[in-house]
This record gives sequence, C-alpha cells and structure tokens, in this order.
Amino acid sequence: MLDVARCIVYRDLLLALRRLSDVGTALLFFVVVASLFPLGVGAEPDLLRAIGPGVIWVAALLSSLLSLGRLFSADHGDGTLEQMLLGAAPLPVVAAAKGLAHWLVAGLPLVLIAPLLALQYDLAAGLYGVLALSLLLGTPVLSLLGAIGAALTLGLRGGGVLLALLVLPLYVPVLILGAGSVDMAAAGLAPDGQLLVLGALAVLAAVFAPWAIAAALRISLE
Amino acid sequence: MSTAIRWFWFASPQTFLPLAGAIARWCALGAALLAAAGLYVGFFVAPTDAQQGEVYRIIFIHVPAAWMSMFLYLVMALWAAVGLAFNTRLSHMMARAIAPTGALFTFIALWTGSLWGKPTWGTYWVWDARLTSELILLFLYLGFMALQASIEDPRRSDRAGALLAIVGAVNVPIIYYSVQWWNTLHQGASVSLTRAPSMAAAMLTGMLLMALAFWLYSIAVTLVRVRCIILERQ
Repeated sequence: MLDVARCIVYRDLLLALRRLSDVGTALLFFVVVASLFPLGVGAEPDLLRAIGPGVIWVAALLSSLLSLGRLFSADHGDGTLEQMLLGAAPLPVVAAAKGLAHWLVAGLPLVLIAPLLALQYDLAAGLYGVLALSLLLGTPVLSLLGAIGAALTLGLRGGGVLLALLVLPLYVPVLILGAGSVDMAAAGLAPDGQLLVLGALAVLAAVFAPWAIAAALRISLE
Repeated sequence: MSTAIRWFWFASPQTFLPLAGAIARWCALGAALLAAAGLYVGFFVAPTDAQQGEVYRIIFIHVPAAWMSMFLYLVMALWAAVGLAFNTRLSHMMARAIAPTGALFTFIALWTGSLWGKPTWGTYWVWDARLTSELILLFLYLGFMALQASIEDPRRSDRAGALLAIVGAVNVPIIYYSVQWWNTLHQGASVSLTRAPSMAAAMLTGMLLMALAFWLYSIAVTLVRVRCIILERQ
C-alpha cells in the first residue's frame, strides 16, 4: 500500500520536474500577487507591516488554487485516473498520495519563498520563522481540501472558476489561523495556539480528506 | 419489518408527489396565517424598545431568517447524507430543493441585518463574527447550487452536490469558531449582537410566530420545488 503511494508521489514529482514551467508559474503568481499589493495600497512601511501576513497568506491561497485544476485533469484526460480507480490499491491511498504530491509541488515552494516576500513587507526578522511554519502547517490543508473540489469539478465546463467558488470559503479557517499566528507573533505574543490548531486541522484533513477525495473521484468518473 | 416498508413507501418519487402537494398546500396556508399573526404582534402589539426605538422591529424578520438559514443548511446536508447512504433519489431531490430557500434566508438575514445596523451601529456592515460566518454560509449555499447547476447528468450532479454539502457541514463549525476567534483577536468593532437582557413577552411571541411561519414557508416551498424536480425528471 505504501509502495503504491510512493510510486504515485514519485511519478507526479517526475511529471512536475519534466514540466517545470507549470510549477514555476504558480510560484511566480504567488510572488507577483504579493508584489502588487504595495502598488495598490501604498508603500508605507507601517501599513505594509500590518497587512503583510494577510496578503502573503491570501496570495498563497490563490496560488494553491491555481495549480489545483491540474491535479487530476491530465490523469483524467489520458485515462490514468480510471486505471487507478480500477486498480487494486485502495483509492483513499491514491488520493492521499496525489494530495501529498500536489503539496510537494505547489505548497512547499511557497513555504520556502515566503520569507523573501516577508522581506518585501518589512516584517521583523523573528516573524520569518513563524510565517514559514504557519505555511508549512497550513498549505497541506489547502492541498487536501482543494483536491476534494478538484475531484468534484473534474471535466466540467468552467471548472476553474467553479473550483474557486467551492473551495475558497472552505479555506477561511486556514487563512484566519495562518495570518493570525503571524499577527500574534508580531504583537509580541506567543503564536503557539494558532499554530497548534493549524496542525490539528492538518491532521484532521490528512485523516478525512482522502476518503472524501476518493468518494468525489468515484462520483465524477462513474 | 412492516414499519421499515412504511418508512420507504414515500421514498419513491411517484408516491411522494401527491403527498408533497397536500403537505405543501397546508403548510403554505399555515405560513400565511402565522406570518399575518406574527406581523400583527410585531407591529402593533409589541412595545417599542427602550434603547433602539422602532428600528428593532426588523428582528421579527431578521432573527427567524438567520435561524432558518443555518438550520436549513444542516437539513440539506442531512438529506444529502441520507441520499449518499441509501442511494435514494428523493433525498437528493430534497437537498437540491432546500438550497435556494436556504440561500434566500441567508441573504434576507444579511440584508435586514445591514438595514438594522445602519441606524443602530451607524454602518451597514461590520466584520462581526456572526455577520462574517453568515456571509460565508451564503457562499457555501451558492457554491452548492453552482456545482449542481454545472453538472448536467442528474445522478452525478446530485451526488457531487451531496458530498460538497457534507464537507461544508463539517466545516461550518470550524469556520464559525475560527471567525469568532479572529474577531476577538482583532477587536475591531466593539458592537455585538447580544440583545438587551430582558425581552418583552410580546416581542418573543412575535418572533416565535414568525419563526414558525418561516418554518412552514420553507417546508411548503421546498415541497413545491421537489414536485417540480420530480415532474421534470420523470
């Protein structure tokens, strides 16, 4: 069972490596969106420090959403997904592996590049770690919740916009906790509470989301 | 055994169609009577509020609408879960029929709330925890309806919507508590929706009458819509 998961993760990573531009686009989108805000609201350092965590988190949400459309569509197009459905491996394991691969490709780079954006927003040096940690705990939830939406909207006309409409309201708790943890740390308080709840959400999502993704895939492909 | 058969007797759309029509008719009548009584109590019997004046009378619409908006989402998710578990077409039809009414009440709650907020708080909108969660609830309803509308195959449409409704229902408490926490964290608006401690009996009566009227209205409208869906599909 773990072999199957490892195979799928390895395969998806390999596919992503062969088409690095796809990965790069989502990452670039993250950077561009975050860089647009100072142009819109003005470059007051105090203002930027105040909105920085929220803006970076919203940009991460949108960037994660952007790459969700590709999560199942290529496999759906060439029939691989049906093979996975028919295969002996339990579908939730397949779904979890796909979610993990999506996070490695679309979530982890955001975590790594976020400190650079924090620099743009003049966040205190001590906050870089909190921001990266909150993204590290939060982005897997985004990938897993998003995968449910991606599986439900598989092959639909206008699936991209619909996916955003379905998934973004569900992202609200992650956004609040993630940005809140950085705000908390910026105010000189311990961000442990938010980070722990984010971690709990990540665990919950890891346990339950694969089943929901699997059910959604079955509904979409039957 | 025989009760089990009776339970599922009306699960068939054909047998449910006439029953739904009869229930809908009586519920619509009841809703009209109760709403008339509730509005009478609300406008003529209930005393003027000492602090808020006449403006408070909007709660006779606002509070029942807010109750129904949340309750209907749970009912919808319940029907969706029943539909997925027992594979009954009628349950999916019920979930589909409830969604527009739920969205309508969510919208009415937000709308009347902002009309009430302007004279009382001095602003149409604050990022209060309840307002924000109600807004997100509206987004959840709209997402459910948009998903169902964009899938043409009725079976897939039903089941996809059902799964989304269940995922949403699991998320609603998490969203509610996170929003509440976020609001207390930011402490932007100091106004809260907690009402004056004592409420005149007439106010409470009016509100309960209106809540009952909204209940019956929801049942009637949902059943009418279910009838349309049944006729459309068969």
